[in-house]
Amino acid sequence: MSMLEAAHEHDIELEGKDEMSSSGACEGSLACSTCHVIVMDVDYYNKLEDPTDEENDMLDLAFGLTETSRLGCQVIASPELDGMRLAIPSATRNFAVDGYVPKPH
Amino acid sequence: MTAMAIFRSRTWLSRSFSSLSSHPLRVCVVGSGPAGMYTAEKMLKAHQGAEVDIIDRLPTPFGLVRSGVAPDHPETKIVTNQFSRVAQNDRCSFFGKVTLGSSISLSELRNLYDVVVLAYGAESDRALGIPGEDLSGIYSAREFVWWYNGHPDCRNLSPDLKNTDTAVILGQGNVALDVARILLRPTEELATTDIACHALAALEQSSIRFLPLQSLALNQRSCLKSVICCAKRMSYYYRKVYLVGRRGPAQAACTAKELREILGTKKVQIHIKEEDLHKSPEDEEELKNSRIRKRVYELLSKAATTGPSLPSSGQRELHFVFFRKPDSFSESAEYPGHVSGVHLEKTGLKGVGSGKQIAVGSGQFEDIECGMVLKSVGYKSVPVPSLPFDHKNGVVPNAGGRVISDTSGDPELIEQGLYVCGWLKRGPTGIIGTNLHCAEETVASILHDLEHGLIASPSTSTKPGREGLLQLLDDRNVRAVPFSGWEKIDCEERKLGSLKGKPRVKLGSWEDLLKVAM
Repeated sequence: MSMLEAAHEHDIELEGKDEMSSSGACEGSLACSTCHVIVMDVDYYNKLEDPTDEENDMLDLAFGLTETSRLGCQVIASPELDGMRLAIPSATRNFAVDGYVPKPH
Repeated sequence: MTAMAIFRSRTWLSRSFSSLSSHPLRVCVVGSGPAGMYTAEKMLKAHQGAEVDIIDRLPTPFGLVRSGVAPDHPETKIVTNQFSRVAQNDRCSFFGKVTLGSSISLSELRNLYDVVVLAYGAESDRALGIPGEDLSGIYSAREFVWWYNGHPDCRNLSPDLKNTDTAVILGQGNVALDVARILLRPTEELATTDIACHALAALEQSSIRFLPLQSLALNQRSCLKSVICCAKRMSYYYRKVYLVGRRGPAQAACTAKELREILGTKKVQIHIKEEDLHKSPEDEEELKNSRIRKRVYELLSKAATTGPSLPSSGQRELHFVFFRKPDSFSESAEYPGHVSGVHLEKTGLKGVGSGKQIAVGSGQFEDIECGMVLKSVGYKSVPVPSLPFDHKNGVVPNAGGRVISDTSGDPELIEQGLYVCGWLKRGPTGIIGTNLHCAEETVASILHDLEHGLIASPSTSTKPGREGLLQLLDDRNVRAVPFSGWEKIDCEERKLGSLKGKPRVKLGSWEDLLKVAM
């Protein structure tokens, strides 16, 4: 199962996830970045398979993107990942209009 | 199941409110697009006493998710499932066909509700302000998108796709790419989407497929029938679309997914001039600092060096034109009042500090002939009476979503109980998901203000909320469309769609929508 589904199983609030659905806004179809997670340890990040072009396209637009960011719906649990820690991006960003770098749409 | 710890690195004020008074907090959200729906969702989650009413001037909810997202991008519309669940919440009510500014004024809303959140987006366009802008055949991309998405306000746009084989699109953002792709995609592929029927018909009949009758000599017209048969068999296309940007490929506003998609459109020849790809040191710096820009540049660069195959007759063409800004539009001699071309000024880039470069005219000009122009240079919000508005930036002045009065010279005066979210707050940029974070910020401001007594406390508030709204609408003979009315529309559209192998057939007129909803 993906990290997104795992979060739902453990009743953890993962952004973009609604109580009733076990996936993000686009329900796992790589059409949004609301399930964005940050892999805390680079060793675990490196164990993951590289993101596809499609995932990278969505990561481009993710809020609070980091060097070890992935989409939760694309990270599949495996024994190899035992102990991996994930963080959810902070929502404390300033949205001032002046000086704000517009994101494309 | 692997064990893991999840760190939540944001503060969520809502936790402290989950056991707050059960006095209802009357909230009205204006606009049911992503900004409004995310705001409603977070408000309901954060405050157990919150009663949220969502009003929208259309009988259908979801804003640009329904009327903006391209018909061939159905995955992007899946989020409406989540939004539907919000509207169906016990403490939430949807009121369609209620217009702020005509059904009810802003002051009246503020008298009815403890909290009003304006999330009605941007339904107008930035103007270029150049000669010829009023000629027929020139549309904003917003109108064109509404037209092919079946928005009732653009039902009768009737763009003429038969008088010309060339369209010029001004702008290179994702909306520009959307309209280019809809113009260029084989219509067989569009036929199984939820594109509006009148738009599909117009695209099928456009002079993409047939040589315009006038361009054939008299003796050729007599064998026109066999020519058309030939053309159909050979998939004979003549459409040319230009995507024109003021600056270069390092500044193009589109994103990788959309660019990748349009570069892969079947039977379309891509034209990008290799000399346009030259990068200055300032360009290199800009690209280094932006992952989005770097990946877009690389896609454009690869497409330019691959180059079009030897021009085979009948191929459609997509031209990326850089370093050109529109100076004026030319009028057709053959069809007075109609556009016949765009007069463009070549530009160069000038650094203006903080890594930004702007386009500056060089005094050299050139023309592109065309019969249709789509301006995709930005949406603009529309103010309503008694709403503070920053006309320069086209947004409502605000601090973290709290609306600020625009009386100059005063210290920042907050308008009590009035908030904004989405494009009306930030300007018309970002994707659907951007509103999720925008709504978080606005709701955090609301909760903070509630805690600090800056909004009338629910236990002492005398605001009538929903009952008051219903009474007022009744007094004015305004019949709102409930969410169940939308569900009837949705059901009917999907039923009609199933008969045609489409996800839905949109009811494209006010009359049809209301007949089904009520």
